[in-house]
Amino acid sequence: MELIRRLRERKASIGSTIYKSLLTLLLLMLVVAIVFPIVITVTHSFMSPSEIKIELAPILGAKSDEENADSLVKMLSEGEYVRLHWVSFQATLNAYYDILLRQPQFLFLFWNSMKMTIPIVAGQLMVSLFAGYAFSQLRFRLREPLFFAYIVVMLMPFQVTLVPNYIMANWMGLINSESSIILPGIFSAFGVFLMRQFMQAVPYSYVEAARMDGAGHFTIMLTIVLPMCRSGMAALAVLAFIDNWNMVEQPLIFLMDAMKQPLSVYLSYINEEDIGIAFTASVLYMLPAILLMLYAEKELVEGVQLSGIKG
Amino acid sequence: MFLGKIGNLRRWVVRMIRSDGTHAAIFLIPSLVGVTIFFFLPFGIGFYYSLVDTPIDGKFIGIRNYVDLLGNNSFRRAIWNTFLFTVLCVPMNMLLSLILASLLNGRVFGQRWFRIAFLSPLVIPVASIVLIWQIFFDLNGILNNWMNAWGVASKDWMEGGSALYIAIMIYVWKNVGYNMLLFLAGLQNIPIDHYEAARIDGAGRWRQWRSITLVYLTPTTFFVFIMSIINSFKVFRETYMLAGPYPHPSLYMLQHFMNNMFQQLDYQKMTSAAFMMATVIVMLVMILFMVERRFSRWL
Repeated sequence: MELIRRLRERKASIGSTIYKSLLTLLLLMLVVAIVFPIVITVTHSFMSPSEIKIELAPILGAKSDEENADSLVKMLSEGEYVRLHWVSFQATLNAYYDILLRQPQFLFLFWNSMKMTIPIVAGQLMVSLFAGYAFSQLRFRLREPLFFAYIVVMLMPFQVTLVPNYIMANWMGLINSESSIILPGIFSAFGVFLMRQFMQAVPYSYVEAARMDGAGHFTIMLTIVLPMCRSGMAALAVLAFIDNWNMVEQPLIFLMDAMKQPLSVYLSYINEEDIGIAFTASVLYMLPAILLMLYAEKELVEGVQLSGIKG
Repeated sequence: MFLGKIGNLRRWVVRMIRSDGTHAAIFLIPSLVGVTIFFFLPFGIGFYYSLVDTPIDGKFIGIRNYVDLLGNNSFRRAIWNTFLFTVLCVPMNMLLSLILASLLNGRVFGQRWFRIAFLSPLVIPVASIVLIWQIFFDLNGILNNWMNAWGVASKDWMEGGSALYIAIMIYVWKNVGYNMLLFLAGLQNIPIDHYEAARIDGAGRWRQWRSITLVYLTPTTFFVFIMSIINSFKVFRETYMLAGPYPHPSLYMLQHFMNNMFQQLDYQKMTSAAFMMATVIVMLVMILFMVERRFSRWL
């Protein structure tokens, strides 16, 4: 009997091993499909600008001005297809050296991006925590219509609110200052909506029980609801960071000074002259977001345990 | 008598302070002030623009802008394309990301790096990604090179009917990680205790998934759905850079229409287009809202 039971267990574990390996393989294939543009970006960041120019000549040559085009580029571009180099022939850190040490503007714009994105994310987390709590755990009149209005304004394309936003920013004297970007970012309805959705999972009986014990809403929010919604906060931090780190349209309109623009604006208009360092700049640009993801991802491993929290 | 009244008043004040309404007001004020200034008011001004004939000192003309717009051919095309794109993309993307999230929720080898990998398309700058798509789909790109080897003539992939499929691919490629992260967070948000209780009651895997995971994921799904629609409008950035303001007719979306109206300073047409679109989405959201409330009663 004992032997049969053991055999059965082993059979089951072999089955689950096969299942797990297949799963990993499937995921690996998907990952390869998803990541290859990033791999190309990274490998190209170690190439020399001239190598990239020659490689991409067929698609660039067709577009650039006849007279201005490099004779070499032009020669190579005729009737040729792009041949993608997966690995650089002469790996070099020159582009990194160029960007980090010889072009102070890159670091300057990077700093601008930081200066705008970090306050937005921090502020949005705060504002959304409070508002999300109100929308999910408190009962008050107008709760549903107000929440609905939040969703509706979220759906508006930016072109519509751009001019009115400009009027408002001008009226408050915010034009050409970082606040014109930071403030709307902080109060975006996105975070409130997200937090409300996650706080819905907290059973009302928990909040009620804590109320009976005499806890105030502020205490309940911080000690009961927040710990149960850590995964939501982590997701919000990552997505809000990414969203604002990538913004292009708003800074272009609200900030006149080229030196106040974030890096994303600069990177969205790379011209063909700079194409040699575009990939390197992209890699550096991606780093903070990847680091934040690595950090926040830890919150998404353990589920919440109700029994661990005393009502 | 007098003391009693004071006592009543005190009780009343205490009750007011402790009431949900007062707390809601305090908790909501920061957000409400900000949203009013930066979103509600601009929204209202935008709506006003859609009802006048010119933005500056315009005459009120009611819904004439809307009527004009419905007769506009390129607007009708844009509506249809946007509808098609959304209907194709959003469910596909949501399903794929839900599967991914479920797979990456359990302990999987290299779980952490898989998750980061799926998120990475979100952080790569638009310009560099557009360059990479060009390397693939350009007239002199890699895809045509391969096709040539198979004896198929070269073509510009962003020009023909294939443009729509490329846009769909870019959308899914970019947003699958976005939704996956939200679903993952939603899965972590489900109290483990429920699963334990269900297991003790003898519920199988599928049963657990259907009556716990799916139900508890409703708020997240609702959120993911709305974000997917919003993100499907944002593919505009990539398609615009790949194909310009007037792409192949199958790719001409509402965002192109609005952007072109914006460039032409035809503000009325743009705002009325936006509000018409918003009305449709709002009706959709309303239905979902009711569905969600129905579901959350089970929680």
